[in-house]
Amino acid sequence: MTPSDITPEDRFISRRAMLAGALGFAAVESLGSFAGEALGQTPANPAALTFKQNAAFSVKDPPNSYQDISTYNNYYEFGTDKSDPSEKAQHLRTHPWTVTVGGEAEVTGAFDLDDILRQNPLEERIYRLRCVEAWSMVVPWVGFPLANLLQRFKPTSKAKYVEFKTLYDPKQMPGERTGVLEWPYVEGLRIDEAMHPLTLMVVGLYGKVLPNQNGAPLRLVVPWKYGFKGIKAIVGIKFVERVPRTTWAGSNPSEYGFFANVNPAVDHPRWSQASERRIGSGSIFASRIPTLPFNGYGDQVASLYSGLDLRRNF
Amino acid sequence: MSWRIRWVAKPVVFFACLVPALRLAAGAFGVAGVSLGADPVKLILHTTGTWVLRFLAATLLMTPLRDLTGSLTWLRFRRMLGLYVFFYAVLHFSTYVFLDQDGKLLAIGKDIAKHPYVLIGFLGFLMLISLAVTSTAKAQRRLGRRWTRLHQLIYIVAGLGVWHYWWLVKKDIRPPLAYAAVFAVLIGYRWGHRRLRLNRTNRGSAPNGLQQPVELAQQRLGVVPANARVGDRYTELERG
Repeated sequence: MTPSDITPEDRFISRRAMLAGALGFAAVESLGSFAGEALGQTPANPAALTFKQNAAFSVKDPPNSYQDISTYNNYYEFGTDKSDPSEKAQHLRTHPWTVTVGGEAEVTGAFDLDDILRQNPLEERIYRLRCVEAWSMVVPWVGFPLANLLQRFKPTSKAKYVEFKTLYDPKQMPGERTGVLEWPYVEGLRIDEAMHPLTLMVVGLYGKVLPNQNGAPLRLVVPWKYGFKGIKAIVGIKFVERVPRTTWAGSNPSEYGFFANVNPAVDHPRWSQASERRIGSGSIFASRIPTLPFNGYGDQVASLYSGLDLRRNF
Repeated sequence: MSWRIRWVAKPVVFFACLVPALRLAAGAFGVAGVSLGADPVKLILHTTGTWVLRFLAATLLMTPLRDLTGSLTWLRFRRMLGLYVFFYAVLHFSTYVFLDQDGKLLAIGKDIAKHPYVLIGFLGFLMLISLAVTSTAKAQRRLGRRWTRLHQLIYIVAGLGVWHYWWLVKKDIRPPLAYAAVFAVLIGYRWGHRRLRLNRTNRGSAPNGLQQPVELAQQRLGVVPANARVGDRYTELERG
């Protein structure tokens, strides 16, 4: 089954959903979703997006079900159980949404997400997702290359790293009222990683607007890295000269590194990373599958790390 | 009274204790619309592990309940609850071996050697085996006082269980902390109770009035070997 079977192309083209509308306003479905939002609820039926499929950047593995992807989430801003985000993220207001860009770049300031989306055509890519907890999924994301976005800000030669920040709003994000992690969540990439064509800014899932529990309205997906690098609900992008203090690596540097490249040869100190359990494989008797270096994206990304000791820079 | 415990209360408790396992079995085989979610193996591991700790707490709760209520009935459920600790530990261990690690002994050996939390859990499981095989009245008689010493391992198992849980959580240590607190209270209670009694004896008060009827009753219940003399050190057993 491919995602296009679920949302046939002719259907969503006929809706002529504008991007802004697709994100919760104006378009056909959004009458319903707007009313829902006024009541503080996420539309039960998220609006369809307009996009092209990018087969060259898609894996052949069968994608996980929408149900699995949208109910099995690590998103500590809404609680530490896998089911917490889908139960508690429904009230998050994702429109309007502003992304603040700063640091070592010529173009900085606050940008409306609707404007960003107008300038960045969407595409669908089916990526593997490997969690640091040794489970994995295959996800049909809809988004645009991060490089397209970053280039518009004209980063200077001092921009060696990019730092991302999640919304800090304890009223809307109950997990932020606990001390489980340092808030707001911060992630980062080296500038060459950020500019890599595989690195994706995601706004949709299965051809529809991204569910809140998966990081709406804007999240990062870096398919060759462990899932925690994929920061959600991004409100800040900053170009910096030094390695940013990222949340997991900062809170427990012996267990989580800045790079966090998927690597079966480097175990987490408390569990093995040599293999993984594919979510939704149907049977409790399904076998583990071997984990691939760079999550199977080695051909595209291994050259970024030539000369780097990946055992030490995990 | 006694027949009601034997034929009504005990069977009810027995089947109630089976419910979590039956729910998992229903989910695993898709019976009655029960679902185990996106990652069923992890859910089975987590659920059975959690029930090991819960039954451990329930087992350790029987003695304080006896003291608080003055009723010996509680002790009649202790062995069954203790065996349920073992039952859920067997499910937990076999889920890990056969479903999570696909029965690959080499991978399991590596996992145990390299990852301490697996080793801690495994140690606790070995101790539980020794307790389960000596849980019969016959073993109790044969081992005599050594049985009491042996079954004090349950306190160590509780510690290992919490440690095992603590070490495997990624960040949110509140749940293992909650179990640690419960066990601390249950074990701390025994320690305080013992000191209190020792103090009484040291002050030369009358021979412990509470202890003798308890031991006599335990003999009648078969909890203590029938040939034990009153005043024998079976206090460990009743507190166990």
